[in-house]
Amino acid sequence: MPDLSINFAGIKSPNPFWLASAPPTNSGYQIMKAFDAGWGGAVWKTLGVPVVNVSSRYGGVNYRDKRLVGFNNIELISDRPLADNLREIEEVKKRFPNHAVIASLMVQSRQEWHDIVRQSQDAGADGFELNFGCPHGMCERGMGSAVGQEPKILQMIVEWVMEVATKPVIVKLTPNISDITEPAMAARRGGADAISLINTIQSIVGVDLDQFAPYPIVDGKGTNGGYCGPAVKPIALNMVKNCAQHPDVRLPISGIGGIENWRDAVEHILLGASSVQVCTAAMHFGFGIIREMTTGLEQYMVEKGFNTIYDFVGKALPNVLPWEQLNMKYKVTANIHEEKCIGCQLCYTACEDGAHQAIKLNADTRVPEIIQENCVGCNLCSLVCPVEDCITMDRTDDGTQHLTWKERVEAGTAPTEFNDERAGGRHHWVPEPAAALGKERHKTLPGKARIYSGETELPTVV
Amino acid sequence: MLRCALHDVLLEFISDQMPEFHTPTTEQEFQLNFAQLKPHMNRTEALYESSRCLFCFDAPCIKACPSGIDIPQFIRQINSGNDTGAARTIYEANYFGNACGKVCPTEVLCEGACVYNLQEVKPIEIGRLQSYATTKVIESGKKLFGPGAANGKSVAVIGAGPAGISAACELRALGYSVDVFEAKAQPSGLTVYGVAPYKITNEETLAEMDYLQAQFGYNTQFNSPINSREELVELENKYDAIFLGIGLGKTNELGLPGEDKINCTGAVEFIAELRQHHHQVNVGRKVIVLGGGNTAMDAASESSRLGAEQVILAYRRAKEEMGAYEFEYDLAKGVGVKGLFNVAPVEIVGNGYVAGVKFIRTETKDGKVSEVPGSEFVEPCDMVIKATGQAKQTEFLQLIPGLKLDGKGRIVADAHTGQTSNPKYFASGDAWNGGAEVVNAAAEAKLTARGIHAYLSK
Ligand SMILES: Cc1cc2nc3c(=O)[nH]c(=O)nc-3n(C[C@H](O)[C@H](O)[C@H](O)COP(=O)(O)OP(=O)(O)OC[C@H]3O[C@@H](n4cnc5c(N)ncnc54)[C@H](O)[C@@H]3O)c2cc1C
Ligand SMILES: Cc1cc2nc3c(=O)[nH]c(=O)nc-3n(C[C@H](O)[C@H](O)[C@H](O)COP(=O)(O)O)c2cc1C
Ligand code: SF4
Ligand code: SF4
Ligand code: SF4
Repeated sequence: MPDLSINFAGIKSPNPFWLASAPPTNSGYQIMKAFDAGWGGAVWKTLGVPVVNVSSRYGGVNYRDKRLVGFNNIELISDRPLADNLREIEEVKKRFPNHAVIASLMVQSRQEWHDIVRQSQDAGADGFELNFGCPHGMCERGMGSAVGQEPKILQMIVEWVMEVATKPVIVKLTPNISDITEPAMAARRGGADAISLINTIQSIVGVDLDQFAPYPIVDGKGTNGGYCGPAVKPIALNMVKNCAQHPDVRLPISGIGGIENWRDAVEHILLGASSVQVCTAAMHFGFGIIREMTTGLEQYMVEKGFNTIYDFVGKALPNVLPWEQLNMKYKVTANIHEEKCIGCQLCYTACEDGAHQAIKLNADTRVPEIIQENCVGCNLCSLVCPVEDCITMDRTDDGTQHLTWKERVEAGTAPTEFNDERAGGRHHWVPEPAAALGKERHKTLPGKARIYSGETELPTVV
Repeated sequence: MLRCALHDVLLEFISDQMPEFHTPTTEQEFQLNFAQLKPHMNRTEALYESSRCLFCFDAPCIKACPSGIDIPQFIRQINSGNDTGAARTIYEANYFGNACGKVCPTEVLCEGACVYNLQEVKPIEIGRLQSYATTKVIESGKKLFGPGAANGKSVAVIGAGPAGISAACELRALGYSVDVFEAKAQPSGLTVYGVAPYKITNEETLAEMDYLQAQFGYNTQFNSPINSREELVELENKYDAIFLGIGLGKTNELGLPGEDKINCTGAVEFIAELRQHHHQVNVGRKVIVLGGGNTAMDAASESSRLGAEQVILAYRRAKEEMGAYEFEYDLAKGVGVKGLFNVAPVEIVGNGYVAGVKFIRTETKDGKVSEVPGSEFVEPCDMVIKATGQAKQTEFLQLIPGLKLDGKGRIVADAHTGQTSNPKYFASGDAWNGGAEVVNAAAEAKLTARGIHAYLSK
């Protein structure tokens, strides 16, 4: 059996799955229940200055019949009394000495930071997470993302914390910034032990078409909130990668953003995370999802022959390169596996209208045909095809040649003007603009064209 | 495997022992026995089902719909919460949108063509989604269409079936004044007098008729059959064109001895009774249905659901040669109907009342059926339902001067315009196509109304 346990910047945990600082970690009751269910750690709902929340706090993005592919909130930090939280931290730690309990903190002055760090340490917290990420409500008061967006202030606060902290300190970063490595480096300069990312992304999750107000609606009005859930994973992965690859960051990373199953977690880990945190998925499905996450991770590790998490932390990083270093001699084209095709012709219309007019239709069959010489290998058709493995992208170059944009620039073989023979789209066939007019009108205007234009006869009776 | 086989044997055994259904004695029991095959969807189900649609390019489902409804479009509209828009898309192509969603043989039309079939995945439930959207607008009474600006011309429509009503709607939209003459007391033709009650309820059918009437404002005169040359002359003088949507007639006579015995009835007549009087219709304990078409399957299923202990479907040829759709036969088998194949009826026996059918066995050789001499036998029963096709309304049609019928008694009309050989008369529906589905009648009549418009706009 592979070993799932981690030692994250000195914080030990039986597995890499932590609950992120959020409603699921609002109380000792919830965290004990989560540990019972199998979670390895929990970052307590952020403790700090007194707050008051509004009623009507969350909004969701549904995609067709799928609920909450994106999730948004306008909630603030913990509104429970600090003393209650501290007492419960102590209780949880007594009961679960080997699980990770991390206190998330957000206060203003140096003195307040000193006090709250000491109090949490005394309560038995295994470490701290400094919340410099919240993008609503707290930033207006000069906290949360207001700090995360100002590397200098961030560094100063980290320094204050390091003056008294005896346990590892994680800095939680906001994604509401153009270069995530800037605050990451500030955290390192301030002496932090690790970083965690991402916090939520500033967002408006939707607008009510009848009330003319953004969700969630509070008495007819709304405000921007923080976006999270499956939809933000790609943004999170990119930021995790940026921090993991940056030579001046070099801190352990706790990956957060859109994780709901073992696969998402492995992706974060492959790009450099060595612990992962989950919020939306636990809010959506409850703590029970941990069973699928741990068993899936275990199975993956067995299949890959990995003994510990550290065998694959950052394993994909060497394969993430700047665009200019990709091999331009590599070539794939689309192939339709006729026997699997169900004839929906989505690939056809996608390539025809949305890509490179490299798919054609033939009489007497609904199976489209790829025009190989026009296919640029963009993948679009294979992405829209609803049948598993029906369109494959197959390599057509012989794999012996390697030439990158960078090399071309260095060798002086890169195109320099628009009509340059060496430019990309130069010899790519494109239909005449007017060839579009009226094309397939009967197919794109189905019902009406049939009934009104006299193009068809009375339907025949079978 | 073994368990399955045992299970089947057990089921067979049970169904031999007792009727599938108890005789319904109240309207509630009737509704239970005749529960809707395509029940209404709620918003959640409609959301889930519409989410599955792929929005195919040049979608095969549209091509398989005789009325050419833009199916992916209306499903996408349902999915985005625009149910009213979805209903409009449907009604733009087919005025019997709600009825068709419920009664169309979708298995061989749109749903049969859905690309999901090729992946061995359940096709999109197009019919139920269609009725979902149309039911919503019907219930809300939201008007989607209205009559066009009056053009001063008028058209008489004979028959308020799917063909007649569809023509009336389209003609009103084009600005004609329209009078509909209907022999029966209710509109929608066989939709309310013929289609099986588990496909659509009378209330649903008539609600759609009211909805159309309220929007288009044509006049309908019920209990007003047009039967004589004099009446036709009157119409010819008064109207600019006449639309024939008269459908087919009574069940064909078999010409067998004993056909007049009590409890020997035609399927169309039996079903019309059933649609109007529900549980008050009596059925025999052992019923023999003669025929192999869809109407035979319906009559057999209906007998079983009315509580008949045994229902036998007797057909002259082999099972594979039946005209009925496979799913309709499956439906009948599912309610305990037993098939008796390669038998031809020779006589209805009994003393005043039906007591049995004398059959002779047949065999099919090179596509021809021949009787096997000396193989007669009597199958006892106490009711016979003849589902041997509907007669054409030849007698009536002969009253129209110059109106040509083809060899099968169908009205001859132009495929684009529906114009008959008497230029003032136009035709659609069963009377023209020889007997098809509601959707065919609705689609044809819409085109024919345009044909009338083209003719009168010359
Ligand atoms: C038993 C049975 C079951 C069926 N089941 C289905 C099904 O499940 N799904 C499906 O899609 N289709 C079904 N059909 C077929 C469908 O009902 C018809 O194809 C459709 O109703 C034809 O429409 P129509 O307007 O041409 O004729 P009809 O529906 O027959 O309407 C003709 C109308 O004209 C009236 N009329 C006739 N002569 C005159 C006259 N001289 N003067 C005034 N009025 C007159 C009649 O009373 C009737 O109302 C079924 C048919 C039968 C017989
Ligand atoms: C393949 C692709 C290429 C794009 N190229 C450009 C571009 O050249 N210029 C630009 O301003 N945005 C470009 N965009 C961004 C889009 O205009 C748009 O802002 C983005 O896709 C977000 O919109 P959406 O998620 O609703 O599709 C591109 C998007 C895609 C998917
Ligand atoms: S890979 Fe792109 S260019 Fe090639 S056929 Fe598919 S959609 Fe068209
Ligand atoms: S998208 Fe896939 S299934 Fe659909 S037509 Fe193209 S190859 Fe066939
Ligand atoms: S064929 Fe099926 S999946 Fe495709 S558009 Fe029609 S209903 Fe939707």
